[in-house]
Amino acid sequence: MTLQGEPVILNIGPQHPSTHGVFRLRVLFDGEVVQDVEPVFGYLHRGTEKLAEERAYTQVITLTDRLDYVSSMTNNQAYVLAVEKLAGIQPAERGMYLRVIAAELSRIASHLVATGFFLQDLGAFATPLMYCFRERERILDLMEMLCGARITFSYMRPGGVFQDAPEDFWPALRQFLAEMPHYLDELEQLLTENEVILARTKGVGVLPAEVAINCSVSGPVLRASGVRWDIRKVDPYDVYDRLEFDIPIGTNGDCYDRMMVRLYEMRQSLRIIEQAVRQIPPGPARAKVPFFLRPPPGDAYAHVESPKGELGFYLVSDGGIAPYRCKIRSPSFINLTPLRELLRGWKLADLIVIFGSIDINMGEVDR
Amino acid sequence: MTKPLLASEVAKRVEEGVPGAVEQAQGDHLWVRPERIREVCRFLQSAPGLEFNYLVSITGVDYIEYFEVVYHLVSLRYNHSLVLKTRVYGREEPTLPSVVPVWQGADYQEREVYDLMGVRFEGHPNLKRILTWEGFPGHPLRKDHLGA
Repeated sequence: MTLQGEPVILNIGPQHPSTHGVFRLRVLFDGEVVQDVEPVFGYLHRGTEKLAEERAYTQVITLTDRLDYVSSMTNNQAYVLAVEKLAGIQPAERGMYLRVIAAELSRIASHLVATGFFLQDLGAFATPLMYCFRERERILDLMEMLCGARITFSYMRPGGVFQDAPEDFWPALRQFLAEMPHYLDELEQLLTENEVILARTKGVGVLPAEVAINCSVSGPVLRASGVRWDIRKVDPYDVYDRLEFDIPIGTNGDCYDRMMVRLYEMRQSLRIIEQAVRQIPPGPARAKVPFFLRPPPGDAYAHVESPKGELGFYLVSDGGIAPYRCKIRSPSFINLTPLRELLRGWKLADLIVIFGSIDINMGEVDR
Repeated sequence: MTKPLLASEVAKRVEEGVPGAVEQAQGDHLWVRPERIREVCRFLQSAPGLEFNYLVSITGVDYIEYFEVVYHLVSLRYNHSLVLKTRVYGREEPTLPSVVPVWQGADYQEREVYDLMGVRFEGHPNLKRILTWEGFPGHPLRKDHLGA
């Protein structure tokens, strides 16, 4: 006897714990198998681009904090780079190094959150997540020393950063650099030697390189598919051209590769910070830049490699004190483009895992 | 370093492939006629030596007299970039062809431009509002939008 059933539409989110915020998926299921998906966005849309049109260039920095709130530093960096390009500002040397250090610390924090929640999605409830959060906490402490905030930093300014790092920041950072590799070894062991994790991630949610490129996917998701493309290398900004680091890539483009690329990137970030600490010159942390900028009419696009992918700001100036148009090219939003191809044919439990492996942040998706 | 290609050089190539499409070239910015945008994009994607296989972003800008739609393109093979622009006139229903058949990455981005800027993309498989809800009054990123 065979059972006949009708396809059923199921809503996942916007209040589902595995959707990492307020993301909603309308999924057409045939039994347990995904037939079609339709993502529904906008639950966290705050109109950041419109708000930016009514604020002075420096004031917009606080809005960028609220995009990808797990790595606000890279958002700050992308925005100030765009303003510098638009207004022709040469930032201070020391400021650029501080930006790189802050951005790489942010990358580690964001990848820790991504890995922790990914393990949570796999069913490893709370324990691995808390391990990851324990280390992230130390990064937040370092950030607090830099700028007094733990989530919404607003640390960077056109021309550098708003204040130099305090004296006690450097020993704390050195201690963190000394202890972090050991912790990453532990995490790697947990990820690569656990049979349940391997069985549920290897070969699951494969994204071929051609599809990834055609869908404008960026960041660890693109690199896991075997494409060596990292903005820090192909179009260096700040001082990345003076620092040595490798770009880890995957071979299969499955969930496992995406997870491992993030893990190896954390090691490379530590390498970058170590070199930056050695090279950082004395001097002012910020070039002399007026608070009210009036860039000449024109447009500029600047991008950074944020933990999620290519984060870009396209600014248009009409000569006034506020941007005429401020477009945010957010990696989380665009990385969701191949979602249908990724999910079709997988089961509900795999859907959660595949979705988790893309690592999105709703603050950035909806803006 | 990603090398911005000289638009006047690219314009010559585009003129060979899609005659009469180019309007203006300046720096690394290339303006083309809106109704030819899909042909131009298809040409840029496949032309040897150009191969812009990666669409970075699509932006709509409201200049009051016209809307400018900006395409940032990159070639992952040659690591060079181009800014492709097109001007669409009319405030009622500005329309231009969709580039989703060329790059699937345009899907959500065109929906976003439609939602926030009110530029329609002909040939888009699913042109619906994306960040605001169905029935939202107007298009919020337009300069004359006053809010509900």
